[in-house]
This record gives sequence, structure tokens and C-alpha cells, in this order.
Amino acid sequence: MAVSIKENRMAALTMSDYDIERIRKDFPILNLEQSGHRLVYLDNAATSQTPQAVIDALVHYYTHENANVHRGVHFLSQRATNRYEEARSKIAHFLNTPVGCQLIFTRGTTDAINLVAASYGERHVQEGDEIIISYMEHHSNIVPWQMLCERKNAHLKVIPINDAGELIMEDYARMISPRVKLVAINHVSNALGTINPVEDIIQMAHEHGVPVLVDGAQAVPHMPINLKKLDCDFYVFSGHKVYGPTGIGCLYGNAKFLNDMPPYQGGGDMIMSVTFEKTTYNSLPYKFEAGTPNIADAIALGAAIDYLTPIGMDRIAAHEHQLLQYGTEALQSIKGIRLIGTAKNKAGVLSFTMEHAHPHDIGQLLDEKGIAIRAGHHCAQPVMQRFNVPATARASLGMYNTRDEIDMLIEALHHVNKVFS
Amino acid sequence: MCSTRALYEEVILDHNKKPRNFYKMEHPDHTIEGFNPLCGDHFTIYMKMNKDIIEEVSFDGAGCAISKSSASVMTTLLKGKRVKEAEKLFEHFHRMITSNPDEPIDESKLGKLMVFSGVREFPVRIKCATLAWHAMMSGLEGHEDRPVTTE
Repeated sequence: MAVSIKENRMAALTMSDYDIERIRKDFPILNLEQSGHRLVYLDNAATSQTPQAVIDALVHYYTHENANVHRGVHFLSQRATNRYEEARSKIAHFLNTPVGCQLIFTRGTTDAINLVAASYGERHVQEGDEIIISYMEHHSNIVPWQMLCERKNAHLKVIPINDAGELIMEDYARMISPRVKLVAINHVSNALGTINPVEDIIQMAHEHGVPVLVDGAQAVPHMPINLKKLDCDFYVFSGHKVYGPTGIGCLYGNAKFLNDMPPYQGGGDMIMSVTFEKTTYNSLPYKFEAGTPNIADAIALGAAIDYLTPIGMDRIAAHEHQLLQYGTEALQSIKGIRLIGTAKNKAGVLSFTMEHAHPHDIGQLLDEKGIAIRAGHHCAQPVMQRFNVPATARASLGMYNTRDEIDMLIEALHHVNKVFS
Repeated sequence: MCSTRALYEEVILDHNKKPRNFYKMEHPDHTIEGFNPLCGDHFTIYMKMNKDIIEEVSFDGAGCAISKSSASVMTTLLKGKRVKEAEKLFEHFHRMITSNPDEPIDESKLGKLMVFSGVREFPVRIKCATLAWHAMMSGLEGHEDRPVTTE
């Protein structure tokens, strides 16, 4: 979606459909004041804020539902189990993958990628094999594969990007071969905002029988995701970037692979029976959920999905897209600004440098005005190297951001220019 | 609440804009890199020695206003100093910058370095302010093969 969403559908979703004031009221933290300024939160790519409904779900769980799941005959354990499994179903439905058993709860995106690298990698990657990633990956979609390649004497291949921050698909096409055992690619780049053509990437890989893992950490919060249509083999995301709590995320995996993969961790819940001679493993998804899971946060992530569903991910996407366009134009009017990441198909990330001010100094001066942005390499050092910058300042949008907030950002950046030039 | 105005003193902004001794030295006795991978601050410090006297000191590279101005001010202070004096100055600077914001400062020992006292209010920037100093110290100790990081 985003830019490529049917334009007529986007036009139909006017701002009047989107009650931004009501939405803002749902997020209590947006009322915070810092140095006499109301918080302007533009660091959503790092973590998003949580609506009251999610906070309430956590309180409700610990007040009325707390027990361990999948064991114990008492009513509380049954209640906790039901709520935990309901959350799984909700998330599966939200991503349009009807089979809940293919959805595994993890600590987050990083944990999910490490699970696949360890388990799928153990089973399928041999010496001389290749894993394909891209130049714009987050470190969490680089380092686990690097570690796997080191273990197995396999090779990591990197799809290059152009000056706009888009994948060079011709190069990708040349890189796919029978030696490739997996393509691991982000859906949306956290540092550049680029929305990658994952449908094409998956289709091209599948033509050669190569499975694909999509890192959806920056996509799930910003657009409707249809896993059935996408047809990827693994899809991962984090709860805390999609208005849920920290410490919870998901791995969707095609059962064809998951069934065949060895467990990631051993322990309780992931077993069918244990003797000292032999342990048989539980069925999906429990085979990959060793130990007491993060029950409360899984349920609260389900509450986040409940919150987002009636608002509609297509509406959120349209709102953020309008803000992105508005912000992009406004930023370009500031002297000395260089936008890093100018892909045609882009989600709500404004990554930039200024001629006279280092990103950290920009972030510091903005903080004084209550404006929270990220300054640094965004856990994507290869992207920084590609664009030959040590770091960038990054304003990243969420469902509750407004034009007024973009205006405040722009005004503050003029102030930064005044101080440093 | 502390103001960033206290952080970005005029002297700091001036040294950031017009860094002193900002050049690559020909034939230095010590060349040492200081690098903060997390921020991307990256400087090289050059020193020419006459026995234990720092005869000439310069730097080049790129970084935030705090790290750059700190490197610049450092070069202006070290020229002509004995190694022991440089070590002492770093010790005072380091103690001041890592102290609690409400602790009294012995200004007589710090002189020009007082402009960095605002950094105490912003703990994440301490590593910016000390990067060049750590690199300089490492150079004097003869560890030139090991780039310094203050992460």
C-alpha cells in the first residue's frame, strides 16, 4: 500500500473520515509537557505510544486474569489461556492469515529473526550456500544472518540500493540462484522509509524455489498487511511499534517450514512428553514457545489490534501519507536540508541531515521544544555508509501526528539553522 | 529543567563553527583516532613532541558541536604543556564533567574548560565532550594502533 494504494481509494479516504482529535485523546502520553512544551512525538519508528485501551488491557489482565497458560485445571488458568489464544487469533486475522497455529509469539522482531536464523538455518543452510539481504536492513536483519553464515561457512549477499534508497531489482534478479537458501528483506526501511516491492521479491524468489522472510516491523503499523496475498514464507513484526506493549512480537511462518524446523529453545510448553531417553515436541505453534510466554503483553497486543481495526489501517495509511507529503515539502524549504531516502514509494519516515548542524545537536535543540525525534544511525549503519553520512536526524510519523506538529518541527529546524550557522 | 542554552555556550558554538588547529599535521609524533560508532563522531588527533612537551597539536574529522568544540578547545590548551600537565588537565576536566550537576566546581583548575560544565546536565553527551581527550591521552600513552572509543 501507501503510495501504491489505489489512488482513488486514497482520495476517498479524506481527512474528515479520520477523527484525529478523538484518536489523540486515546493516547494519554500525548498530554505530557516537557520544558513548557506539549510533547510532539515524532519517533514512532523507534517505538509507538500506547492507547488507553492497551494500558487498560494490561491492568485488567493482572487484576482479573493472571495465571499460567496451557496448564492447571483452575478457572483462572483457563481464562488466561483463552485470552492468550484469542489474542493469537486476532493477530492472525489482522494479518489475514487464517491459520493461527502458524503464528508464534516472540519477544519481538529481533527474536523472531533469530529464531528463523537459528532453526531454519540449522536445518537448511550448508557450506557454500547463500543468504540474500539488502543494503537497507536494520541490524536485526543483518547480524543473525551474518552469524549463521559464519557458523555454516555460507555467504551473505547484499542487494544494492540506488541514490533514492530503492532496491536495484535488476541486481536482485541476477543474485537469485539455486545456492540461495533464503531471502530476508524488510517491507519498509526504518532509516529511509522506502516501501519495498515485496510482492515482486517474493515471486521472483519463489520462481527459483527460494523462501522469503519479510521483516514487517515498520510496515505493520502503517499499512494493511495481507499475508495470504503476499505469500511470503516468514513474516515478523514487533508489538511496540504497532501501538502495543514492548517485549512481544510475532513470527508468522508457513507450516511447511515450521513443522520441519527444529525447536529454537527447549523447556516447558514446547514438549508433548519428556523422558530421559527421548522428548517429543509439541505441535505448532507451541513447539516454538518454550517456557511461560509473555501472556500479558500478548493479550495487550491483541487489544492494540482491537483498537486499530475499527479505525482501519487503510485510513491510518492515508493519514500518514498526507502528513508525509506535507512534511517532505516543508522540509525541503529549509536551507541546507538533505533528505536521505527519497523513494517513490515511501512510508512516514523523514530522515535528513543539515549542512551546519550534526544530527545529535538537531535532536538536542528539538528536545528543548518538546519535539522527540531520533538522531543516530538507526541501527542501520550500512545505510549511513551508503549515503556517506555519519548519522541522520529522523522524524517518523504515527497515526496521531498532525500538520500542526509538522509545522512545529519545521519552525524548530529554522531555529536550529539560526543557532548553528 | 535544564536549558540547552547552558549546553550550547557561545564559546562552544564559536569553536564548532571555526574550529582552531583544525588541520592534518605533517609528520606528527602521535596520530590517534577517536571514534564513537554510535554517533558517528570521528576525529584524528595529531601531536608533535619535544621531549615531554607537546609542541604542536591539531585535529581533523567530523562530529557534533560538543565533540568538535571540545577537541578544538583542547588543542588550544595543550600547546606548550608538559605531558604531566596535560594529564592533570584531563583529570580535572573528566572529574568535572562526570560530576553531579549540583556539585561545586573548582573553576581555578579548569579555566576555559568551564564552558563545558553544562554537559553535566546531559549525561548522553559526556562521551562527545571527552572523545578528543581520551584520544589525546591514548596517544601520549603510545597506543596509536588502537582507535579510541568512548561508547
